[in-house]
Amino acid sequence: MTIQSFLINGLSVGYAEADILHDLDLQVPSGKITVIVGANASGKSTLLRTMSRLIAPKKGEVLLDGKSVHRTPPRELARTLGLLPQSPIAPEGITVADLVSRGRHPHHSLFSRWTRGDDEAVDAALNATRTTELADRPIEELSGGQRQRVWIAMVLAQQTDVLLLDEPTTFLDVSHQVELLDLLVDLNQARGTTIVMVLHDLNMAARYGDYLVAIANGRVHAAGTPEAVLTQDTVRQVFGLESSIISDPTSGRPMMLPIGRHRMQSKD
Amino acid sequence: MTMPSSTLDHIVSGRRLRTRRYRMVLGLLAAVVAAFFVLALMVGQSVTPAGDVLRVLMGENVPGASFAVGQLRLPRALMCILAGLSFGLGGVAFQIMLRNPLASPDIIGITSGASAAAVFCIVVLSLSGPIVSIVAVIAGMGVALAVYGLSFRNGVAGTRLILVGIGVSAMLESFVAYILSQAPSWSLQETMRWLTGSVNGAQMAQALPLLLALVVFGGLLLSRWRDLEALRMGDDMAAALGVRVAVTRVLVIVGAVGLIASATAITGPIAFVAFLSGPIAARMVKSGGSLLVLAALVGAILVLVGDYVGQFVLPSRYPVGVVTGALGAPYLIYLIVRVNRAGGSL
Repeated sequence: MTIQSFLINGLSVGYAEADILHDLDLQVPSGKITVIVGANASGKSTLLRTMSRLIAPKKGEVLLDGKSVHRTPPRELARTLGLLPQSPIAPEGITVADLVSRGRHPHHSLFSRWTRGDDEAVDAALNATRTTELADRPIEELSGGQRQRVWIAMVLAQQTDVLLLDEPTTFLDVSHQVELLDLLVDLNQARGTTIVMVLHDLNMAARYGDYLVAIANGRVHAAGTPEAVLTQDTVRQVFGLESSIISDPTSGRPMMLPIGRHRMQSKD
Repeated sequence: MTMPSSTLDHIVSGRRLRTRRYRMVLGLLAAVVAAFFVLALMVGQSVTPAGDVLRVLMGENVPGASFAVGQLRLPRALMCILAGLSFGLGGVAFQIMLRNPLASPDIIGITSGASAAAVFCIVVLSLSGPIVSIVAVIAGMGVALAVYGLSFRNGVAGTRLILVGIGVSAMLESFVAYILSQAPSWSLQETMRWLTGSVNGAQMAQALPLLLALVVFGGLLLSRWRDLEALRMGDDMAAALGVRVAVTRVLVIVGAVGLIASATAITGPIAFVAFLSGPIAARMVKSGGSLLVLAALVGAILVLVGDYVGQFVLPSRYPVGVVTGALGAPYLIYLIVRVNRAGGSL
C-alpha cells in the first residue's frame, strides 16, 4: 500500500510573459492510474514536467505526500518519484541490464558500493517488464516496443512509489501500445504504484485510466472517472471536436468516435 | 520459465563481467602509458640503458645520462603525460555533458581562447610564469561563457553551441596568427607551440603547476562522474534520477575549462587530443565505470606517442601537435559526415 499522492495548489507555470498553466488546482488519487489528456499545447506535458520538478513553477506548489516537490532535495525526491521523459537517450552500445541498473542512481553516492539490494532491484525490474531475456542485448538491437519496456524497467529499478510517464506510447504501434499499458496496469495492481501519465489517445486513456484529467488552456477542464470526463461536451470544449461516445464492448469504458465533416451516412 | 534466483545470478555475473572488462581496459591503458613513459626516458637520440635511467631517477649523477634523461627526457615525458591527462579528461567531460563528440573544448573555442590569452601575455605583455596560466584559465572560462551565452535561446541546443564555438574558435585562432606574425624574432618552434601545441623545452618547474591543476580540476570532474554518466541519458532523465543538472553543468565547465586552459598555457593547444580521447575510450569500453579516467589515459598515450613519433620516427622533427593533428583531422571529417547523417552521441 502506498500513501503517496499529489496535491497541486494554484500552480502557474510559464516562460517570460506567456503562462502555460494558470492557477491550476488538482488532486491525484494515490495508488491509481491517472491519465492527463488535452489538445496539443494545452499544457498537459508542462503539468507533468512541473509535477516531476523538471520545471519550476512561477506560483503555487506541487505537494507529494504533503511535501513540496520543488523543495525536496533532488536525490531524495528521486527515491520516491520516478519519471520517464519523452525521449530519453541510451548511451551508445549499452546493454539492457546496464541501462536498467542506471535507475539505481539516486540510491548511490560517490563512494557507495553496489549492493545485493541493487542487483535485486534490477532483477525485479527486468522481470516485471519481461525483459530478462534481453538483459545482455545492446539497446540498439531492440524493437521500439522492447526499448520502451526497457526504459520502464530502468525507472522501476529506481523503486519509487510514484511513476510519471510523458507520452510513453507515442512511437509504438497499437499492439505495443496495449502491451505497454497492460504492463503499467500490472505494476499498479501488483505494487500499488501510483501512475500518472500523459496520453494522446483518448480511448486508450479512458480504457486504462482510473482517473482522467482533461487540460484546456492551462487549466483543469474536467477531472474524474472516465465516464464523468469523456463526454461529448468535454471533447467539444477541450479538443473542439464533435463526437459520439459509445461504451467499449470489452471494458465497458466510454469510447470516443470523432464525427468530422465527411463520410456520414445519410439518415432517413 | 527460469527461476527468479537464476535470473538474479545472471544479473550479478553480467555486472561483474562489465566491471572486470572495465578494469582490464583501465589496467591496460595505464600499462601502455607506463611503457611509453619508460620508452621516452630510455630512447632518444641515443639509447640509455634502463639501469642508468633508474640511477638518474634516484638522483645519482650518471655521466652521459644525467643531462639527457634528467634534464631533457624526464620533464618532457612528464609534461606529455600531464598535458595528455588534462586534455583527455577535460575533453571527454564536455563531450559527455553536451552529448556530442564535436562539443570538445578544442572545437568550440576554449582551447583557442586560452591559447590566445597566453600568446597575448607572452608576446605583447612580455609576461611569463604562473601568471600566464592564470590568465589563460580565466580567458578559457570567459570564452566558455561567451560561447554558452551566444548560443543561448530558450536553453542551449548542442548544435548551436558547436557552430557558435567553431566561429569563435576561428576568430581566436586568427588573433593568435596575427600576434605571431607581429613577432618575427620568434623561433619557429615557439610559433608552432601556439598554433598546434608542443612540449619542446619542457621544464620540471612547469610540471608542478599543471599537476596541481590536474589534482584540483580533475578531482572536481571525477567527483561528478556519476552525474555525468546520468547526463548521458539526457538532461530530463538525469534530473529525474536526482541530478542537479544546472549545478553539475557549472561544476563540469569549471573543471574541464580549468584543465584545458592550464595545459594549453604551458604546451599550447595540442591539436585534437581533447577531441579524440573520449571517443577512443568510448569504443574500448561500453560500461562498467566512468569514461573519464579512461579518456584521460588515452589522452596521455596520444601525447606521449605523438611527441615520440614527431621527434624520432618522422624524417624531420615535428612538434607533437602536428602528429595529433594529422590523426584528428580525418576523424573530425568522419564525425561531421556521420553526425549529419544520424545525429551522433558519444
